[in-house]
Order: sequence, then C-alpha cells, then structure tokens
Amino acid sequence: MKKMADTQKKTFGKRVAADFRKHKWKYLIVLPVLIYFLLFCYKPMYGIIIAFKDYRPALGISASPWAGLKHFKTFFSDVNFWRVMRNTLRISISTIIFSFPAPILLALMINEVRNTKFKKMVQTVTYLPHFVAIVIICGMIRQFCLSDGLFNIIIEAFGGKASSLLQKPELFTPIYVLSDIWQEVGWGSIIYLAAISGIDQDQYEAARVDGAGRMKQILHITLPGIMPTVITLLILRMGSILGVGYEKILLLYNPTTYSTADVISTYVYRTGLIGAQWSYSTAVGLFNSVVNVIVLVTANAISKKYTENGLF
Amino acid sequence: MRLRRKKQENDFIPKKKKRTLEDIALDSINYLVLTVLSVICLYPFWYIICASVSDNSRIQAFKGLLLTPLGFNLGAFKLAFTHPLLLSGYKNILIIMVIGLPLNILMTVFCAYFMAAKGMMWKKVLIPVFMFTMFFNGGLIPAYLNQRSLGLYNNLWALIIPGCLSLYNAIICKTAMESIPDSLIESAYIDGANDMKILFKILLPLIKPTLAVLVLYYGVGHWNSWFPASIYIKDNALLPLQMILRSILVENSDLMNSSMSDVNINAFTETIKYSTTVISTIPILVVYPFVQKHFTKGVMIGAVKG
Repeated sequence: MKKMADTQKKTFGKRVAADFRKHKWKYLIVLPVLIYFLLFCYKPMYGIIIAFKDYRPALGISASPWAGLKHFKTFFSDVNFWRVMRNTLRISISTIIFSFPAPILLALMINEVRNTKFKKMVQTVTYLPHFVAIVIICGMIRQFCLSDGLFNIIIEAFGGKASSLLQKPELFTPIYVLSDIWQEVGWGSIIYLAAISGIDQDQYEAARVDGAGRMKQILHITLPGIMPTVITLLILRMGSILGVGYEKILLLYNPTTYSTADVISTYVYRTGLIGAQWSYSTAVGLFNSVVNVIVLVTANAISKKYTENGLF
Repeated sequence: MRLRRKKQENDFIPKKKKRTLEDIALDSINYLVLTVLSVICLYPFWYIICASVSDNSRIQAFKGLLLTPLGFNLGAFKLAFTHPLLLSGYKNILIIMVIGLPLNILMTVFCAYFMAAKGMMWKKVLIPVFMFTMFFNGGLIPAYLNQRSLGLYNNLWALIIPGCLSLYNAIICKTAMESIPDSLIESAYIDGANDMKILFKILLPLIKPTLAVLVLYYGVGHWNSWFPASIYIKDNALLPLQMILRSILVENSDLMNSSMSDVNINAFTETIKYSTTVISTIPILVVYPFVQKHFTKGVMIGAVKG
C-alpha cells in the first residue's frame, strides 16, 4: 500500500492519508477480518504451490524441490482417476436431478395449502432434519440399513430380501441422494416460498376471472414467477458439480463400496491426510477447485446470455 | 406474507361453495402427500426416542416398526451422563460454543459493518478480496498444513479460530444493516459518535432478529461439526461431543470401552446409541422454535446475494 502511494502522484498519497484519518475506525474494525482472510484463506492459497513441488514437511513449503506437473500426470494416469471422476459426477448429477427439484415441488405444494395451522406444521417438521448433525443422520442411516434394520423390515414387508444395504455398491448413490432429499427438502423450500410470496397477487385474480383452474395458475403464474430464483440456484448448484463434500461420504462408505462411493474429496482426504502424500493430494484438490471455478463461470455466462439472470 | 395470506383467505371463503372437482382432487392429493412427508420426516426421531428408553435386550431382538418403547429403562441415559468420554465431549463443545459464538458474532458484524459502510477508498479493493474466497480456496491439504504451522493443532483453538467468520453470514448481516436508514447513522455522526458506538449502540440493537438467526447458524455449526476435530484433535480428552458420537454410532469402535472400566457399556450396546442421539439433538430442538420465524429472511438474503 505504501509503495503504491509512493510511486503514484503525491495527491494520491495525500488522499490515502486523508481517507485513513477520516475512516480510521472503519479500518480498525475491518482489520481483524482482513487478518482472518489473509491467514486462513490466502495463506492456504499460497500453500497450493506444493502441488507443483515434492513437499517434505521437514523442508517446509518454499525449500521443497519443484516437481512440475508430475503429480497431475500421476493423477490423470491413475486407475482411481476415472473412478473418482465417475463417482463424483454420478452422485452430483443425481442430486441435481432429484434433490434440486424436490424443494421446488414442496414449496408449490405448501403454497397450495390454505389451512394455516397445517401449513405451519408441515414447514416446522420438514425444516427440522436440516439442523440435525450429519453424524446423527449417518448413524441413523447405518442403523436402518443393517440387515435387520428398519429399511430391510420395509423391504421384507414388500416381499424383498433383507441384506446389509450399505455393503452394496449399487445402492450407495440412491441412499446418499434419498437421505439428502429427506434432510434438505424442507429447508430448501424456504427460499422458493419467499419467492412465491413476492409474486403479484393480481395475476392470480386475473387468471381466475379468465377461468383458469388452480393447476393452470400454478403452471402459468407461480412457476414462471419463481423461475429467476430457480435459475440462480441452479447455476450455483452447477458451479459445485465436482464439489461433492467428504463429510457425509466419509461417514457412510466403507472399502466394499469405494467403487461407487469414493469421490474426489474423499480421495484427497485419504491420500493426503491418511496417506501423507501431501503434494499429490493437493494437486488433486487443485484440479477439483479449478474445474469448479470454470464450470461456475461458464454456467453463469450461459445463464446471463439466455435468461439475463446471473450471479456476477 | 401475512398480508397475502389474509387476502387469500378472504378470497377463498366466498368461493368455498363452488369448489371445482379440480380443487378437491388437488387438495386431497396435496394434503395426503404432505402428511406422508411429515410422518417420514418425524418417524426416525420418534423411533430413536422410543428406542432410547427401551430395554437393551428387547431392542436388539426387535424387528419391525417401533411405535412405542419396548419396556422402560433409563440406564442408557444414566450411562450417557456418567461416561467420562461423553462428559468431556459435552464440556469441550460447551467451551467451543462459549468462546466461539461471541467471536463469530464479533467478526461477522465487523465484516458486515465494513461492507455496509460507505465512502472508504479501499472498500473497492477489500470487498473483492473477501468475495474471492467464496469461489476459490486452498483446499483441504494446504488448509491443514497451514493450520498446523500456525499451532492450531490438538487444542480447542483449532476448532474455534479457523471457522470464526463465514462470509455468507456476514452478507446476511450486511443486508440487515443496510435496511437501517442512513439518516439515523448520519445524525449519530453529527452527535459525535464514532463507528464503534454506531455499530454497538445503534445498529446491533436494531438488527436483533438477524443476529438471532446468525447465532443459530453458527451455534448449530459448532454443535454439529465433527470433521475438523477428527483431523486436528489427537487427544481423546479434547474431542467434542460429535466425535464421541461418531465413535459410538458410525465406527462401533471400542473407544468407549477402553477409556472406562467400571461402567459397563456392554449392557447398553444398542440403547446407548439412541440415548446419546437424543441428548445431542435436544438442545437444537429447544432453540429451534424461537428462531424459526426469522428463517425466511435469513435464507432469502443469503441466497440471493450470495
């Protein structure tokens, strides 16, 4: 900052000094915030360079020898590359297809409820699972998936055969997605309900006068009315298409289901924190973040072009 | 929303007589599906409550939909309140909350105040610097190495300081601050108040509902967090509650057995899972109704601006 002021015109330096004097409290207030971001967001970004080095803890980040793109090449030629890519995309796309529309549907349904008490009850009950710890949720899932657990009792009641569901690779994605819908559908509907409440009521009046039934009103007024919100959230969601988090998967998967459950983030966790391959796992993580940013920017550009809605 | 609801009700009452077939079909399907959904959302909790007070042996042998407790035995709760690992788990999470929450709120209102304030020439530089962190971060491994190099390892500060500010929450707070009229702040300036005074004496009392939502978000975040503890805490005595729960519910590890010889956990192998789940979920259920009415605002602002 000082250097910038020196190299530019003196008036600039004076302006900076005056600005600091005038707003000294505001700068003082933001100082801890700035330190926080530098220490916990930007310093780790500097740490990314170990993806291009052979990091050794004893040498530290700057003294470790350079390795070029070695770790990226290793990852792209690894047998695990396609597996984690495929799993990440499968789980992510499944959540976009099934978990993303669920809150929209729920919001439309809640909006059609005229009985205020029932409406409140449904909202309270469906928001609740969002606040329950993921450890508890996964503990319940594991318990219910056991061969004598709740799900198997239901399966048997419908004539199926009981089995340990979390040991079956083909069932991992459905379990993940269904429990995700269960946990987040109510919470996700809040924003759509808020968007619905912003729709001009005269439109419904006019539609009724024209003889439109309620289904028609939902399809032609409510749904288009919340479309901008839907698109904005969809872009956000697309931006994290490779961002399937590790927390839930770490609590649900096991070596038997790695073939369908191991995603990029859990792979980074295992190779990095368990296997201590620091540079390699950082490279994998960096690849993931870069793809995420590219996808988000692209989705935003496409959305801006065709719908005039964008995030930035 | 309230205004709108009234209007609909008024519209609706005179029309009650001429409900079409479509109305009836739509309503009945709607109410049916929503009722089923509510039951599905609630039943697992009911199952856990019933199982937690049941007899351990009967729960182990039971197969079917649990509708009422099987027998009545509070032994698992007694165990959950006497086991030293669980006790240190409660203690650690409470310490994290007591120190962490004020720090969270302080950092959030500082960040929000700066983002909402006007006229500073470096604002144009700093805000993008903050926002960039929402889209890109160093990733798990660099963050881990960074935290170790800062000494935030195997102590409770490791779970308090690194997550002490969420930009998402700061944006919610900033939006609330912006809704306060400028004239109020300007007149305070004229009266000689500095920014600290304006923030703490004028703005914060006016945005209490938003602060309540933020306390809930951060509080639930701390309470439910387990992953950072799993990689930054090595000492069992420093583990917060969720990590102990993970060892009981997810890993079936013998952490509980090894640390304790005089309490017989084997008599409650199943019910201890449910009693600890109940105990750890109750605090959230108690706070939740008080903050629920403010949710819409918080979620709306965060999602639109975020």
